[in-house]
Amino acid sequence: MTSEQTSTTRAAPDTGSPKRTRLPYYPGCTLKTTGKGLEDSALAVAETLGVELVELPRWNCCGVVTSLTDDDLMRHIAPIRNMVRVQEVSDAGLVDDKRVVTLCSMCFNALKWSNARIVGDAEDLKSLNDFMYLEEDYRGDAEVVHFLEILKELDPEAIAEQVKTPLGELNVAPYYGCTLLRPKSIGIDDPEDPTIQQELLEIMGATVIDNPYKTVCCGSYQTVQDKYAVAELTHGILSHARAAGAEAVTTFCPLCAFNLDNRQREVLEKHPDFEPMPVFYFTQLMAVAFGLNPKCCRFDLNHTDPRPLLRGKGLMKEGA
Amino acid sequence: MSESKTMMEKISESTRSLTTGVDTRDVEHWVTIYIMGRGYSVPADLTIMTAMEFAGYKLIRSCGCRQGFCGACATIFRREGQYKLESALACQTRVEDGMCLVQIPFSPAEAAYYDIAAESYDYSVFSKHYPEVARCVSCNTCTKACPQDLEVMDYIQSAIKGDFESLAEQSFDCIQCGLCALRCPAEIVQYNVGHLGRRMFGRYGSPEPEHLKTRLAEMERGEFSSVLDALVGASTEKLKELYAARVRESDE
Amino acid sequence: MAETVVITVKSEAFLKKIVALSAEAITVCDQCGTCSGSCPMIAEMDVTPSQLMRMVQLGQSEALDTKTMWVCASCFACTVRCPRGLDVSKVAEALRQVTLRRSVDHLDIRNIPDDELAELPQIALVSAFRKLTG
Repeated sequence: MTSEQTSTTRAAPDTGSPKRTRLPYYPGCTLKTTGKGLEDSALAVAETLGVELVELPRWNCCGVVTSLTDDDLMRHIAPIRNMVRVQEVSDAGLVDDKRVVTLCSMCFNALKWSNARIVGDAEDLKSLNDFMYLEEDYRGDAEVVHFLEILKELDPEAIAEQVKTPLGELNVAPYYGCTLLRPKSIGIDDPEDPTIQQELLEIMGATVIDNPYKTVCCGSYQTVQDKYAVAELTHGILSHARAAGAEAVTTFCPLCAFNLDNRQREVLEKHPDFEPMPVFYFTQLMAVAFGLNPKCCRFDLNHTDPRPLLRGKGLMKEGA
Repeated sequence: MSESKTMMEKISESTRSLTTGVDTRDVEHWVTIYIMGRGYSVPADLTIMTAMEFAGYKLIRSCGCRQGFCGACATIFRREGQYKLESALACQTRVEDGMCLVQIPFSPAEAAYYDIAAESYDYSVFSKHYPEVARCVSCNTCTKACPQDLEVMDYIQSAIKGDFESLAEQSFDCIQCGLCALRCPAEIVQYNVGHLGRRMFGRYGSPEPEHLKTRLAEMERGEFSSVLDALVGASTEKLKELYAARVRESDE
Repeated sequence: MAETVVITVKSEAFLKKIVALSAEAITVCDQCGTCSGSCPMIAEMDVTPSQLMRMVQLGQSEALDTKTMWVCASCFACTVRCPRGLDVSKVAEALRQVTLRRSVDHLDIRNIPDDELAELPQIALVSAFRKLTG
C-alpha cells in the first residue's frame, strides 16, 4: 500500500483556514524528562505553524531499538501496541490523520521499522493481535512519520513568514546520526548526504555548515557500557563541525543530544584543549527564529549552555 | 464409606464439618478440583482457600487475612480445557469444576534500601534503584496476572516516563502478592517499583492535606500529651477497665 | 601460508543457526571490507566486522567470544553500504542473542554507577538493556 492510499488527509494546513490540522503524536519517554527541550519547543513551533500534535493516550515505551532477529516477535509488541493507540484516536475522530508524528528520531525509527515489519507479514500481525487480545485488533493501516517530514510538507513561505529573528549570524552544522537515515527503507533522506535540516535552517536564515561527520554514529547505547568510547566519537563529530566553521550542531535525538552534549565532560578529560560546543534540538532553534517565548526551549536542560552563544549573536535578549 | 479407609481418614472425615465449617450433608453441588495434580471433590461454593482446607490442607503459608487485603494467598490455575494460565487470590476466588491449581507462597525479590529525603524526584530514582524497568517490552502479562485488576503495565510505563502521579494512582490498590513479578519476562519487580513510586509521590508530589497539618500542629503544641502520658502511666487494671469502656465508632 | 579450515557438522550447524536468526544470506559476503571501513566503533573491536562475517561463514563459534558483537552500536552504516545488500548488524544481533537467550547478560545492570544512572536518559537504558541483557 502506498501512503497515498492509506492517509486520510495531508498535513499541510490551508493557510486561509484557521482550523488546525490535528495529528496523532507519540512523544516517547525521554521527551518527558531530559528531552523536554525538544518536546516543548516542537509543540510551540507546531502550534505556530497551524499543526496540532495530539498526544496519544496510554502510549508505552517503543523499545527504542528494533529487534533484528527474525524470530523475535515479542519485542515488536511495544511498537505495535502504540500503533493500536493511533488507530483508536483515529477511529474516534480525535485526529485528522492516521500518520503518527514522532520527534525523537529513535522512537521514529523503532516505530516505523516494527510497523513495516509486522504489517508486511500477515501471519506476524495476526500473532501479535492474538497475543494482545485485550486490545482492539490492529488493522495495519496507520503510519509513522517524523516531524521533519511534516515540516517539509508545509509551504516554505508559510514557515518563512513566521521567522521573526533570522539566525543569520549563527554558524550551525546539522547532525543527523543514524536513526533518521538508516536503514534506507526507514530513513527520510539520502543516507549518505542528507539535506532536510539544511533546507529548513536556510529558511530560518541560519548560516548552514556542512559537517562531513553529520551521519557518523554518536555511539548510541554504548554510552551505558563505555562512556569514553562514545566521548571519542563525540570528539570526532564536534571537532569536524568546528573545523568546518560551525559554532553549534543540531539534532532531533535525545540520545545523540546526551552523547554529543553531556559526554563533552568526558571529551574534556581526554582532550583538555577541546572547546565545548552547544548542541541544539532542531526545534529549539526554530523557536528562537520564530521569536517564541524562550521558556519553551528549556535551555536549562542543555549540558553546554547555548544561551551565551545566542546572546552573543543578538538572537536572545540579555537575562532571558 | 469403604472399609479400606485409614483411621486418620475416618477421623478427618468425622471432624470435617468442625474443621472447615462445612457440613457435607447440606451440600448439594460438588466440583472436582486438582491441587498440585491430585483431584478432590469439594463443595462448589467454596473459595480456593476453604476448598483446600476442606480437602485436608493445613495452610501455614499462602494464607493471611482471608479478606483479600494482605496478598499472601497468590494462586495460579488453569481451567479445564483452557490454555491460559490464570492467577487469583485463593481467599477471593470460587472454585470451578476442573480447576487445576497451586499456591505460590512467596515471590523472591530484593527491595531497594534508600533515604527518601536524599532521592531526586524524577525518573532517575527508578533507574537508580530498579534499572530493570527499562527492560519492559509492554507485553502486558503483568496486567493480565494481577488479581486486583490493576493496569500494571501502565504504571510501569509511568515509572519509565517519570510520571509519579499516574503511577501512584494506578498502583494504589496493589497488595504485593507478587504474581506480576513472577510472570514478567523482563524480570521487573513491579510491586516494588510501585511502592517506591507511591512513596516518592507522597513525599514530593501530592499536596499536604490541611487536616493533617492541623493535627500535627496540635501534637507539636502538646495538646494530646497529657492523655497519652496518663495511658502510659496507667496500671494493667486501669487499662483493662478503659478498654472495656471504650467507645467504638459502631457503638455511637 | 594458507590455512586449512575444516567444515564440520558442528560448524555447519552454527552457520545455519546464525543464518536463521539473522535471516541474512551470510555466505554471499565476498569479504570486500566496506563494512569494516564504515564502522564507527572499529577502534573498540577485536575483529573487524568483515572478519566477524568470515568467522560465521566458516561456522566458527569463536565468533561468540568476540568483543566486536557487543560494541556494535547498531548504527547501520555497514547496512546501507554493503555492496551485497547484507546487514552485518543483524548478524551481530543474532550472535548476541545466542548468548543472551541463555540468560547470560553482557551488561551488569546492577553495577552501573549511581551518578551515571542519575543522568542517563531512558532511551539509553532501554536500548542498552535490549541489546546487552537477555
